[in-house]
Amino acid sequence: MTGTVPLTGRPALARFVKMRFDKARDRQVLLGPETVVTLNPTGADILGLCDGTRTVADIVDELGRRYDRVVDDEVTQFLAQLVARRWIAIEEDTRG
Amino acid sequence: MAETTVDGPLGLLAELTHACPLSCSYCSNPLELTKRSAELATADWHRVLDEAADLGVLQSHFSGGEPLLRRDLVELVGHASSLGMYTNLVTSAIGLSRPRAQALREAGLDHVQVSIQADEPVLSDRLAGISSFDKKIEAARLVKELGWPLTLNVVLHRQNIDRVEAILGWVEELGADRVELANTQYYGWALANRSALLPSREQLENAEKVTRAFRERLRDRTDVIYVIPDYYSQYPKPCMGGWGDRQLVIGPEGNAWPCLSAHELPLPKANVREHDLEWIWRSSPMFTAFRGTDWMSDPCRSCDRREVDLGGCRCQAFQLTGDMTRTDPVCVLSPDRHIIDEAVAAANDPAAAEPVGAVPVGSGPVGLGMPELAVRPHRAD
Repeated sequence: MTGTVPLTGRPALARFVKMRFDKARDRQVLLGPETVVTLNPTGADILGLCDGTRTVADIVDELGRRYDRVVDDEVTQFLAQLVARRWIAIEEDTRG
Repeated sequence: MAETTVDGPLGLLAELTHACPLSCSYCSNPLELTKRSAELATADWHRVLDEAADLGVLQSHFSGGEPLLRRDLVELVGHASSLGMYTNLVTSAIGLSRPRAQALREAGLDHVQVSIQADEPVLSDRLAGISSFDKKIEAARLVKELGWPLTLNVVLHRQNIDRVEAILGWVEELGADRVELANTQYYGWALANRSALLPSREQLENAEKVTRAFRERLRDRTDVIYVIPDYYSQYPKPCMGGWGDRQLVIGPEGNAWPCLSAHELPLPKANVREHDLEWIWRSSPMFTAFRGTDWMSDPCRSCDRREVDLGGCRCQAFQLTGDMTRTDPVCVLSPDRHIIDEAVAAANDPAAAEPVGAVPVGSGPVGLGMPELAVRPHRAD
């Protein structure tokens, strides 16, 4: 079961999660306690933009420009899964 | 050939030493512990970590014995971290002082797993064989304070499984991010002490009920990993996710194994002092012996589940039948299942040893309440 993520939230990787390139297998991975998550190219692109500064809406816009298609559901569903696992922290926008 | 297409391991379990301040009766170390003087040197571990990274290892777990007893632990963690590995310390927490913890933090350590034996000092200290409970709680708080994710590792058995609810109370109180409730696996020391450790069916059912409720209540805060005791299963576990498939264990003396119990098996040793890790992983008899399914005989060979449980555990087959190529006796289809059934029947016999409630409070030094326990020494020399 996953919730939703607010478009105004600013997602960032949780402090204990690392993203890196796995040279031996030619792919991006997320590393956490006792876990390796393999990322597909879209997932890696989304997480690459989760810097705690961009909002979810910013990320959707940026990916929309890159891919020339609508990606909002893809982004929010992907992030919601990682939020449910506490691998992504979302700071709610309080700056108006 | 299978050998050339084998993917590299994801994880390296580095058992840096067998020395340990604790002497738990279910310890997963070999019955014959490696002497401190025979341990790999710092330079050996540097090379092993380099080779592991080249092979594709993404996570390194520093374990033991007690890894904090190695003076070069901070240096080794730093090296693994510089190679981009996710680094994990598996510790009793004895010796995790604030300065040591801070040094490990600066070296890049990513995650700490602290073992907990029980929910209160008397039982905990008796199970660990040393006064340690309060130090563990203090160290677990320090782990959180320094910003690490905290996992509490709890090995469950007949003497502490009735305390699961109170143990989970500590998990909540300490704000642990993960808890591993792992029922004892019966190898080595634990097999020698099996009759004192194997819980009854009723004990297990209660523990599972309590654990389910906790998992539901704290699903937003804590990951709960519950490892069932395979003696109560119908089918065996796919050990290590497949022989020589994902994980690599290296012991204090440099022997490499596909799992941490494989030292029991009569296979030619593969040592990092004599071979590079790539050869060991891809070509050594130790790692190729049971890779895939070609080695299987019936009932596994013709079974629909052969790709699911992969024949179960080679170490368990060997320890219980003397033949490492047989089907894991845990499987209901195994001709050896009676061995498991007899142990389970004994654990459920009302005349069997009283479970934990009967442990006399303040029963004193280890072993006094349990005269038949094989007591693991703190070190080999």
